Amino acid sequence: MDQKLAIDMPVPAKLVVEGVSKWFRTPHSTVQALDDVSLSVSEGEFVCLVGPSGCGKSTLLDIIAGLTKACSGRVLSDGEPVEGPGRHRLVMFQEAALFPWLTVIGNVLFGLKLKTELNAQERLEIAHAHLKLVGLSKFAHANVHELSGGMKQRVALARSLAPDPRVLLMDEPMAALDALTREQLYADIQRIWKARRKTIILVTHNVREACCLGDRVVLMSPHPGRVREQFTIPLPRPRDINSAELASYAREITSSLKGYIATVADE
Amino acid sequence: MRRTFNAAIFFLGLLALWQVAVMSGKWSPVLLPGPQSVAEYLWGAFGDGSLREATWVTLRRLLIGYGIGVALGMPLGMLTSTSQFFQDTLGSLALGLQTLPSVCWIPLALLWFGQTETAMLFVVVMGTMWSVLIATDTGARSISPIYARAARTMGSEGLHQWTRVIIPASLPYLISGMKQGWAFAWRSLMAAEIYVTILTGFGLGHLLHYGRELSAMDQVIGIMLVIVVIGLAADKLLFSPWERFLHRRWGTGML
Repeated sequence: MDQKLAIDMPVPAKLVVEGVSKWFRTPHSTVQALDDVSLSVSEGEFVCLVGPSGCGKSTLLDIIAGLTKACSGRVLSDGEPVEGPGRHRLVMFQEAALFPWLTVIGNVLFGLKLKTELNAQERLEIAHAHLKLVGLSKFAHANVHELSGGMKQRVALARSLAPDPRVLLMDEPMAALDALTREQLYADIQRIWKARRKTIILVTHNVREACCLGDRVVLMSPHPGRVREQFTIPLPRPRDINSAELASYAREITSSLKGYIATVADE
Repeated sequence: MRRTFNAAIFFLGLLALWQVAVMSGKWSPVLLPGPQSVAEYLWGAFGDGSLREATWVTLRRLLIGYGIGVALGMPLGMLTSTSQFFQDTLGSLALGLQTLPSVCWIPLALLWFGQTETAMLFVVVMGTMWSVLIATDTGARSISPIYARAARTMGSEGLHQWTRVIIPASLPYLISGMKQGWAFAWRSLMAAEIYVTILTGFGLGHLLHYGRELSAMDQVIGIMLVIVVIGLAADKLLFSPWERFLHRRWGTGML
């Protein structure tokens, strides 16, 4: 990347998605999951991808993570093309995907152990600091099956943040939780994001959740997956998911989506 | 404590039933010796060293054969679980050979290796490795792909992914596969020892065989008891600690 250009740009794009398309071929048909999707995300920005099922939002996240290859187009991370998964872009999944053979602290240490520049003492300190950040210090030596769903996702958050990735990708991490636990996690994520200032892309089908967390909400439409519209959410943080202003943004996004569905129905 | 007590009562009850059956006089003492004469045989055989010697010979064969079987079966199982080619070839072979009772290997082992230790080990290895291979293969295939995905995003690949993710994740299957392998090894060795007389060492199977030849029913029952006790002890010593660890960590099978 041109050094001068990088300095001149006020907010350098951290992640750039350029004309990404993806097809899934089955023996009987070909399904187009993504059609020419372009997106750019700045350093430290919190972007939410929302849309109904089938809009390809999870596929797009997988492609950004490097877990799936795009059929055409490319993803640039700090100007470098993404060729495969890398520990600068960590993923949080819908299921916590914690390793049941490790204790809570063992899970948080997993990614840290792959960072050879750290020694054992440093790893342990970082792991404990992140457990504290998610409020689970007391459960460091607990087994994974002893935790509730919300606690598991918090451990997964600590595990993703501990190796200090530059980008955090979240694939519907709150979808399997009950409403009360979810609201608590919204507050936690906002607090942690403020403290650590990561670039985050979050996939969700919950429009309010997107408005509560994102600087920007990217609305996608299905069959094939395309970026339909983008909304900036300028509300101050911390945001309350039940506030009236937030609800009005959510309404605007939902009506845009409904408008799309109506045009499809007319055709 | 309570569980030990229940077990003790149960086994004492069985002994009592056995004693009652003997005292009823319906069966000839030659065919059904009482607990006391079996105990006397065991005490005598233990005292003159023949039982200790035979147990040692049998256990050595078992541990070596089982060790080789696991050492071959596990890596091959991992191979078949990761490659379609090896699944279709080696995997199918393993499935076929696993159903072959291990006694069927004995004629071949005798012709190939003669009446030697190698023939014994061969039968045990054949009895063990196919079932371990299949259990490992099943285990590695059954683990949720999400673990590998999560590990890959954290930078775990290749050998690291095998040793830190796939093997630990399939541990419950590996342990049950090794346990099954142990049972198969034990059975195949007893079959081999009963059928094959070799001069390099008399195992428990041989003592059982000579017990029958001499119509020494106290010896037959005594050796059978020893075989059962060794099987139980092996289970408690080799596998119980692992199973307790699994139950605690995974939260499975809690009573």
